[in-house]
Amino acid sequence: MAAVTEAPPLAPAPEKKPPRKRGRWTPYWLLLPGILWLIVFFALPMIYQGSTSIQTGSLEDGYKVTWHFSTYWDAVSEYWPQFVRSGLYAAAATILCLLLGYPLAYLIAFRAGRWRNLIMILVIAPFFTSFLIRTLAWKTILADSGPVVSALNTLHVLDVTNWLGWTSGDRVLATPLAVVCGLTYNFLPFMVLPLYTSLERIDGRLHEAAGDLYAKPFTTFRKVTFPLSMPGVVSGTLLTFIPAAGDYVNAELLGSTDTRMIGNVIQTQFLRILDYPTAAALSFVLMAAILAMVTIYIRKSGTEDLV
Amino acid sequence: MAVVRWFKRHFVVIAGLLTLGYLLLPNVIVTVFSFNKPKGRFNYEWQKFSLDAWKQPCGVADMCGSLSISLQIAVWATIGATVLGTMIAFALVRYRFRARGAVNSLIFLPMAMPEVVMAASLLTLFLNMGAQLGFYTILIAHIMFCLSFVVTAVKARVMSMDPRLEEAARDLYAGPVQTFVRVTLPIAAPGIAAGALLSFALSFDDFIITNFNAGSTVTFPMFVWGSAQRGTPVQINVIGTAMFLVAVLLVLASMVITNRRNKVKA
Repeated sequence: MAAVTEAPPLAPAPEKKPPRKRGRWTPYWLLLPGILWLIVFFALPMIYQGSTSIQTGSLEDGYKVTWHFSTYWDAVSEYWPQFVRSGLYAAAATILCLLLGYPLAYLIAFRAGRWRNLIMILVIAPFFTSFLIRTLAWKTILADSGPVVSALNTLHVLDVTNWLGWTSGDRVLATPLAVVCGLTYNFLPFMVLPLYTSLERIDGRLHEAAGDLYAKPFTTFRKVTFPLSMPGVVSGTLLTFIPAAGDYVNAELLGSTDTRMIGNVIQTQFLRILDYPTAAALSFVLMAAILAMVTIYIRKSGTEDLV
Repeated sequence: MAVVRWFKRHFVVIAGLLTLGYLLLPNVIVTVFSFNKPKGRFNYEWQKFSLDAWKQPCGVADMCGSLSISLQIAVWATIGATVLGTMIAFALVRYRFRARGAVNSLIFLPMAMPEVVMAASLLTLFLNMGAQLGFYTILIAHIMFCLSFVVTAVKARVMSMDPRLEEAARDLYAGPVQTFVRVTLPIAAPGIAAGALLSFALSFDDFIITNFNAGSTVTFPMFVWGSAQRGTPVQINVIGTAMFLVAVLLVLASMVITNRRNKVKA
């Protein structure tokens, strides 16, 4: 994951290359199998999906391309609440990941000393337990009679979250709060690792310099550390937001029918209702929305060399 | 006031450790509940201590079968993605060619696409081709999404490599093959290993794409997903705990070995 945050120049400096006369075709041979794989199993499916979304017909009689664009209109007008919900949950999870992940990344980069490697291992190791098993563990943690819920109840936190509409009754499970909590948990390492990579590159002497110039610790953070960690913030938020927006596992395991996200709708349409055109249209809209957001976000944050 | 000052000074450490706790809490629960003896079908509430599940890790029908399918797919997907990805990475760093921009976006896009979109579109392709869903369609999908991660990992490593080392090898009359095998490959190895490890973890743990393209084949994550509806056997916690421990032990062992080696060199 950390490698994603590297911002390499797109083309190597040509003049440093040793002359290669015989190897003119070598790069194409090296690229061919992998790129072919991506074209056939990544790009081509997108085209098939686009064509499926404008088909009409039925499972029995087969489908035909009829340029039936109203599938899009019907799908979006029926499922816009799930689209909005996915965006909101993913945004909430991304912000929480940033707030929670930044101190941890900072701790590993600057304050951990000889514990650095151990903490790194502890951040990565949970990956090796299936994320579904770990997500199911949240059912135990947030159980209705469990210590977390009773503590929140005693502290009247649940009254506040009920009022905000994040929870309902004396429960956390099967509410938006549980889903956002699960999403945050699942994608937190994808925030911590890029943040760590960009924090670790910061020259420690810059902190000293800021201190010498009478900057208070918080000012140093605001004016020096945080701006320098922006590449990590950008790739971390992308790596969190994108998978969270398409996720349906947390909403299914920790949520209820009122917390269904767009991923759940696509999954149900595709695998249970078998309404392929609608499912393809929804998936296409999700893809377009995410790509548009990513493009705007990368432009705005001025880190285009990230790609 | 001393307390406040202490808290201010150590705020980052406290917050960071709390986050680490949040990350590790589910693993603690998974481990503790692998020693549970649940009353009903679901293993969500603590009843009493028992070693039953650890004594019979394969005591649940179909679970170990699904585990073996997942391992096989992960191994083959890792091999496939690592070979194809390393080739692409070398081409990107070492050669100039046409359509570099297109190749770069083709590699970046799968990482920037929600899994459910890739899953759904791949399924439309397989349905259109009339392909039989199962082991091979899962494998195809896994190689596809692991590929980009291998390329990124290997590219980063090869990019930081000093080209003069290879020139030196050539000057010492090493042939192109010899240079590649004895100089280039060993230097690129950590990047390739990182890409392979990442592929294995991604493939083994993948649920969303697999669920769409598996047909009636059941991988371990799909088994866990199904058990969330039917009833969760304690054994899935045993497997989860064992995988966590094996991973931590392997990493610790490799760290001890590198430490020793460095000491010997020094």
